[in-house]
Amino acid sequence: MVRDSIKAEVKNLNFFYGNVQALKNINLDILEKRVTALIGPSGCGKTTFLRCFNRMHDLYPHNRYEGSIILKPDDIDIISPNIDPIEVRMRISMVFQKPNPFPKTIFENVAYGLRVRGISNKKVLAEVVEKSLRGAALWDEVKDRLDKPAFDLSGGQQQRLCIARALATNPEILLFDEPTSALDPIATSKIEELIVELKNNVTIIIVTHNMQQAARVSEYTAFMYLGEIIEYGKTEKIFTAPSEKLTEEYITGRFG
Amino acid sequence: MAIFDEELSRLKEKILEMGALVENSIKDCVKSFIERDNALAENLIKRDHLVNALDVEIDEECIRLIALRQPKASDLRFITTGMKIITDLERMGDLAVNIAERALELNKEPSIKPYVDIPRMRDIAYGMTRDALDAFVNKDKRLAMDVIMRDDEIDDLKHSIISELIFLMLEDPNIICRALRIIFIAQYLERIADHATNIAEMVIYLVEGKIIRHTTISE
Ligand SMILES: Nc1ncnc2c1ncn2[C@@H]1O[C@H](COP(=O)(O)OP(=O)(O)O)[C@@H](O)[C@H]1O
Ligand SMILES: [Mg+2]
Repeated sequence: MVRDSIKAEVKNLNFFYGNVQALKNINLDILEKRVTALIGPSGCGKTTFLRCFNRMHDLYPHNRYEGSIILKPDDIDIISPNIDPIEVRMRISMVFQKPNPFPKTIFENVAYGLRVRGISNKKVLAEVVEKSLRGAALWDEVKDRLDKPAFDLSGGQQQRLCIARALATNPEILLFDEPTSALDPIATSKIEELIVELKNNVTIIIVTHNMQQAARVSEYTAFMYLGEIIEYGKTEKIFTAPSEKLTEEYITGRFG
Repeated sequence: MAIFDEELSRLKEKILEMGALVENSIKDCVKSFIERDNALAENLIKRDHLVNALDVEIDEECIRLIALRQPKASDLRFITTGMKIITDLERMGDLAVNIAERALELNKEPSIKPYVDIPRMRDIAYGMTRDALDAFVNKDKRLAMDVIMRDDEIDDLKHSIISELIFLMLEDPNIICRALRIIFIAQYLERIADHATNIAEMVIYLVEGKIIRHTTISE
């Protein structure tokens, strides 16, 4: 049996918004090129946990991490103050709940991450933009209007554009925070198919409050409650025979 | 989720209703033979369609719940287990009908001997069925295990019935037709107990989330 290899090791992770502890002693291995879903009731800490992975919390001075998130294979601790958050964000990209394209052209939205990194070679940019748009299953729909504003696209297309933008820097981990909650069912299923396809090349962590979505796209599921991981395991196990009573109650809609 | 809970408990009641019909058939089929009661046998054969109708109705309800409620965890296990249990119950009903048919044939001729082991087999099979369904309702793993253990008694009884009848047939070939029908009855009862065992195994899946079919119990 082939064992999945570990992409990130979360060890004794605590997180504080000022005095408020939002994550409590989280320990969990994120497996490489797998989709891991984070589920749990509103306010349980899913977004907070996800944001640790690309150091989003560093933008506010009172936020504080404890513990470590060890990124493989080079074993750097991505929440260590010695590690540059910009460096982390190049390797770990985030796609948000609401599509948030920049007020620029389709092309420039995708090229953005590369330009920030000082790449201006037109040929390189064009190549990466095409590759990323193909990777986000958007190329065929936009290839003739790359110079049009990103806001001309539909909501679902905008979200795929944001995925293309995230892919452009060739990240090792992609973070999704409820990526389809603003989309209709067809756009949603396109994104879900895309996620399943993307995991061939990249490790994915997705926060979702739609349990059917977690069941459809993920191989591993972590159930969180009050800032803790209550149960973590194979998605099919969690959805057919969870070990913890709390998980059972949440999954079957009998919570609280 | 209150609506879904109600739907689940209605589903459970329907399964138990089907179970009760089948339990009665198991009791009556052997009785119609032992007490040479043709009316009882005919009545049982006539009401088998009720079991079939419940089988279809419950199956449809389970499919509806899966499609509309997307059951998970223990709810999912309850519904899928229910679907399988009714398949076994339906087959048990058919076997009881088969026994009643053999009884009607046997009742046309004098009996070979007083039958002790057939009612005993019936009592065990009946008890296994009732307990398997009780275990299902109460999610009682121990009772389900107990049902599975009892399957061996049934097998032993069947073999002793067959050996005895072989012996009698050798002595008097005139009874061969009747003896064969009785052997069929023993065979049907053994199959009924097998289905009760299946139900008990599914109860263990329901409780534990682990499929134990095609394995041996090592507790
Ligand atoms: N910026 C913040 N400052 C203080 N508390 C916050 C902040 N953001 C979130 N929280 C609190 O942290 C907890 C976890 O929130 P969050 O990670 O957004 O949960 P989820 O994504 O699971 O709904 C909640 O109790 C929330 O109120
Ligand atoms: Mg959130």
